[in-house]
Parts: sequence; C-alpha cells; structure tokens
Amino acid sequence: MLEAAELECVRQQRVLFAGLSFALRAGELLRVAGPNGSGKTSLLRILCGLLTPQSGEVRWHGAPIQRLREEYARHIVYLGHAPAVKDELTAEENLAIACRLAGLMAAANSIREALARFGLSGSALVKKLSQGQRRRAALARLCLSESVPLWLLDEPFTALDTAGVTMLRGLIEDHAARGGAVVYSTHQDPGMAATRVVELVVA
Amino acid sequence: MLEAARTVVVRDLLLALRRPSDVATALLFFVIVASLFPLGIGAEPNLLRAIAPGVIWVAALLSSMLSLARLFAADHADGTLEQMLLGVSPLGVVAAAKVLAHWLVSGLPLVVIAPLIALQYDLPQSLYGTLAVSLLLGTPVLSLIGAIGAALTLGLRGGGVLLALLVLPLYVPVLIMGAGSVDMAAAGLSAAGQLQLLAAFLALAAAFAPWAIAAALRISTE
Repeated sequence: MLEAAELECVRQQRVLFAGLSFALRAGELLRVAGPNGSGKTSLLRILCGLLTPQSGEVRWHGAPIQRLREEYARHIVYLGHAPAVKDELTAEENLAIACRLAGLMAAANSIREALARFGLSGSALVKKLSQGQRRRAALARLCLSESVPLWLLDEPFTALDTAGVTMLRGLIEDHAARGGAVVYSTHQDPGMAATRVVELVVA
Repeated sequence: MLEAARTVVVRDLLLALRRPSDVATALLFFVIVASLFPLGIGAEPNLLRAIAPGVIWVAALLSSMLSLARLFAADHADGTLEQMLLGVSPLGVVAAAKVLAHWLVSGLPLVVIAPLIALQYDLPQSLYGTLAVSLLLGTPVLSLIGAIGAALTLGLRGGGVLLALLVLPLYVPVLIMGAGSVDMAAAGLSAAGQLQLLAAFLALAAAFAPWAIAAALRISTE
C-alpha cells in the first residue's frame, strides 16, 4: 500500500540517502535502522509528507502523497520524536484533541481506557509527568487508531520501561496481524520480527 | 472541518486560561507603553488629546507584535504543530482558528481596555465609540497579517526581531486608517470612510491570510 520510489534526502548540503526504494504491503512491519544522524527521522517525515524529498516520491495505493494531502492524512498516524503533548493540558485532554484533529471519533470513556492501558490516570497535568509517561500519553493514541491502516512511529521505544516496550510491541504486532502496516525507527533491536528492514548508514 | 476549527480554538483558549501570565504580559505592555507618553511629554491637555489616537494605536500594534512571536513557537517546540499539519482538515482552517483564538485573548482585551487609556489622555467621551470600533476592526487584521510573519520566522534564530521588521511595515495601512478614523471623529467629521476601509482590510485578510499562513507553516517546518 505504501511505496517509496528513488527517494533522495539532502539536509544542510549533505546527502543523507539517495536512490532509496521500498514497498510496504498490508500486514508488514518495516524497521528503519541506523546510527544517529543517518536520516531515520527525515525518512519518516518524508513518508508522512511533512518533508519533501529532494527527488523521488512516496505513493499511497499508487497515488503520490503530495497530491493526496488531507486524504492521505486520514490513513496515517505519525508519532514524532517529540511526544506532541501540551504541558498545561491533562493527558486526557491532549488525547481527545489529537483524536479530533486526526478525524477519529473517540468517546470519553474509550480515551480514559486507552490511557489506563498505558497506566495513566488521565486527569493529571502533563507537566507533572515524567519523560516516559509523556511518551506513554502520546502512544495511547495507537489504542484508538486501530482503524487507521498505516502507523509511522519515530523512535517509539525511547524512554519506555520494559513493561511499556512489551505493551507497545503487542500493539504493533496486533496491528500487523489485523492487516495494518507499521513503519518504525529505532537504533536498537526491540526483539520484534520485522518483515523488512531499511538500514541507513551515515554518508 | 468546523469541528477541527472549534477544537483548536477551545484548545488555545484553555491553554491561555491555564497560563494567564502570557496574556497578561501583552496587555500590561499595552497599558504601560500607552501610559509612558503622558509622563514623557508632560501634561499639556491639548497636545495629549491630539496624540491619543496615534499613541493608542501604536501601542496596540506593538502589543500584538509581542504576543505573536509565541503564536506557533510553543506548538512547534512540543511537536503539536506537526500533528496539526497532519490533521484531516485543511491547514488554512486550522491556521484561521489559531488566529481567532489569538485575537480573542490578545486583541479583544485591547478593545475593552482602550477607553481607560483614552481617559488618561482626556479624549472626549464622544470618541470612545469610534476608537473601540476602529480597534475592533483593526486588531484582527493585525493578528492575521502578523501570523503570516510568525509562521515564516518559525524556528529561526533571532526570529523575534525579524518578525518585527517583516510585519511592522505591513501594519502601516491599518495604523493610518485606525488612528485616522478617531482623528476624523475628533474634527467633527464622519469616520465612516476610514472604518469601512478597515472593514475591507479585515475582509481581505480573513479571506487570504489563513492560506498564506498555511503555506508559510509548511515551508518553515520542513
């Protein structure tokens, strides 16, 4: 369903990668691996359309994503490097806002349930949470995104404890089993059987 | 689409409510700048009455500038801006909603507080109406134009100064019409011409600025 064709990415006059092509089918997991500065985040940002590649294109079911824009946004969940939660809001408010912007209809109790699965109460302000708990608050969105076919996760395992890692692995594997596809970046192997691996190197 | 706009407006108002110091800073800045002039120039009533509309408008301009720098910066830093860019409703709608929320917490209070400042300048009470209407029509234009600049300078070092250089010249027509309308009313003439022009500025800015803001955001978040 997702196709990357001859992607080239240049940041600060440095070629991060060139001629990168791959295809991802339903039910597949793609792991983006590589050391710091090899362009993992850039690749994920290109795949979700936040960054335009120097050359090449990303296609969703055959259509270039630059043309699909909001239509494509409906089919993806992108969780970036920063947890994307507001300090002054509670975890519950944050998740409700994120879902509404993403066009997901989530009832208040399913939001609380999703946060509870990640061990969060939901009524505490995010600024009182630890780094790992913030990450959990952001990841809770995945529990409500089962209907969204493509998940793009940038370093989702950072700052998580072992229980959190197991929980997230379960979510990702369930999503693939359901026929969804997941692209995730990590520099350490989380012990998950990825169908495909894109190994980036520092140029 | 309207659901997303409502979400963003409610979110930004809630954030402003939880951190009232941000809103209070811009408002206090407006009051202090406008109050400095009588202290510096001296208490000559005729002079103060003559400069009042201009001073109040310049103070409004600067105060709007001050709060604009933070319009997208905080959302950019914590990653929530990216999520808005990847939302399912057009980015222009989200941008318009953010500007509306910004105006509600930083522009509307100026309209309410302006008569108090006018009192300091001994401006005749018959002019308060014109002053308030001119600010009511003009401050949203400031927010809309300023937001384009804020989006363009997002993430740049020294963005605040650049923002002022970029946006202040564009504020000039609004300043001329805004202060001019009160001057006209003070001279006993009709201010309708200036106010209608301000309304036209507002209509134009409201129609086009959100899309310019959206384009600028896409460029500066790359």
